[in-house]
Amino acid sequence: MTTTLTKPPGAAPAAPPPPRPRKPRGRFTPYWLLLPGILWLLVFFALPMVYQASTSVQTGSLEDGFQVTWHFATYWEALAEYWPQFLRSVLYAGAATVLCLALGYPLAYLIAFRAGRWRGVVLILVIAPFFTSFLIRTLAWKTILSDGGPVVSVLNSLHVLDVTSWLGLTQGDRLLATPLAVICGLTYNFLPFMILPLYTSLERIDGRLHAAAGDLYANPFTTFRKVTFPLSMPGVVSGTLLTFIPASGDYVNADLLGSTDTRMIGNVIQTQFLRILDYPTAAALSFILMAAILFIVTFYIRKSGTEDLV
Amino acid sequence: MSWLRRNLVVIAGLITLAFLILPNLVVLVFSFNKPKGRFNYAWQEFSLDAWRDPCGVADLCGSLALSLQIAAWATLGATVLGVMVAFALVRYRFRARSTVSALIFLPMAMPEVVMAASLLTLFLNMGVQLGFWTILIAHIMFCLSFVVTAVKARVMSMDPRLEQAAQDLYAGPVQTFLRVTLPIAAPGIAAGALLAFALSFDDFIITNFNAGSTVTFPMYVWGSAQRGTPVQINVIGTAMFAVAILLVLAGMLIGNRRKKQAR
Repeated sequence: MTTTLTKPPGAAPAAPPPPRPRKPRGRFTPYWLLLPGILWLLVFFALPMVYQASTSVQTGSLEDGFQVTWHFATYWEALAEYWPQFLRSVLYAGAATVLCLALGYPLAYLIAFRAGRWRGVVLILVIAPFFTSFLIRTLAWKTILSDGGPVVSVLNSLHVLDVTSWLGLTQGDRLLATPLAVICGLTYNFLPFMILPLYTSLERIDGRLHAAAGDLYANPFTTFRKVTFPLSMPGVVSGTLLTFIPASGDYVNADLLGSTDTRMIGNVIQTQFLRILDYPTAAALSFILMAAILFIVTFYIRKSGTEDLV
Repeated sequence: MSWLRRNLVVIAGLITLAFLILPNLVVLVFSFNKPKGRFNYAWQEFSLDAWRDPCGVADLCGSLALSLQIAAWATLGATVLGVMVAFALVRYRFRARSTVSALIFLPMAMPEVVMAASLLTLFLNMGVQLGFWTILIAHIMFCLSFVVTAVKARVMSMDPRLEQAAQDLYAGPVQTFLRVTLPIAAPGIAAGALLAFALSFDDFIITNFNAGSTVTFPMYVWGSAQRGTPVQINVIGTAMFAVAILLVLAGMLIGNRRKKQAR
């Protein structure tokens, strides 16, 4: 009757197991997986943007409540009053980004090519500052840059402070409460965000390319200019963005290390929202900042031609 | 001279490294200070007072405990949601995929103050009481993208044939996931979770907007910059640093041993 039962023992199983579908997952599985996370972002990230846009065109007062009146003039008034803070944010964040690149590139290069067996240790030392609250570390800069402290006296005796105050970056023989202190704080705080992407893209470079460049009679500088730097461009692009974006919206450094003359747009948004409680103006300023950043990011990514940022 | 030229990049790199570490040293040294007056910015004399009594200032340790609690919950929430999103993005082709990717990317490309302010307008409009829950909601929101990115990178580099092999060996979907997929993805998940914890624990700007009168540790430090900085802040900063370094070293040791065993 059943032939399979009378099979001689020891023979290989004749019929292969019934082919199971490779991916027995339902059509809707990805949507179920996405649902909670995406819903969270939609409700607590995207929806707030809509509320912010709506708040920015409201008028009213805290006592009587705010109503949407499509009062777009808030934007013009906000820009007219706070354009210096906007400009300052761009300048400070830009300066900090350039400094981060100048300081971070050698260190990233050192870790990628020259550190040898110390690579792990140096990498940990780069990430290590993250382990202490950044506010505490920013407060430490108050000590480092303090009036009459070692940094100020050295820079003073080298007449560096004369040059910087001529440039308008410092005032007299002070470092604290000057633009330079704020830029220094921003540079310090966002430096790891520059170093890590730089290191990632430098590390991917095939060492034989350097050897090849040397074989073709390129001196070290030419090798760097023609081989290493172009190949590290993805790191440069994402590093500059990861530094510039948070720096442009920061208000901690300007508050702790600066003065009323170094207020950035983040400071204005913070005071308007949390102290003055002028919500429409604050929302408008925040919206302008967001639009500016999105514009800069899009333009910059297009221009540099790298889409794989993260 | 040629030595200098060859090692210029090393010297420049080490200067940057010093710049990065200097503040941590200052925090360490000033944890042994005995300041005159309320602010701990100028060196006076050596003292162990703050180390003997790290919780000696009112509310300091309470805020620390609150921050740890929020960070733990935010890590859990962001990791669970983030792992699900990451797997969906890597393993499935579906409509609106690029929209989802953009939604994940945007929070990382946005200045914190914008997210903080807009979230506050939502809470104000909804009449939500600011406090523990609003902080937690905000932290899960901004940690999520980082977890997704970390896990995605790991899952993408995974060989899909390993899972197919498991299924060929008659492992069910659940068994395949638990015994093959999850162990391979674990380093990515751990990295994402660690990042989420660090980001949440140290977050100031978003918390500043959405905390109401709740005081987390960064909020406490911020307030102390106005009121007067107790030495205990430096003690806690230094202790955090030491614990984290020890954890990293332990992780490296375990990793090395694993590698040796695998050989």
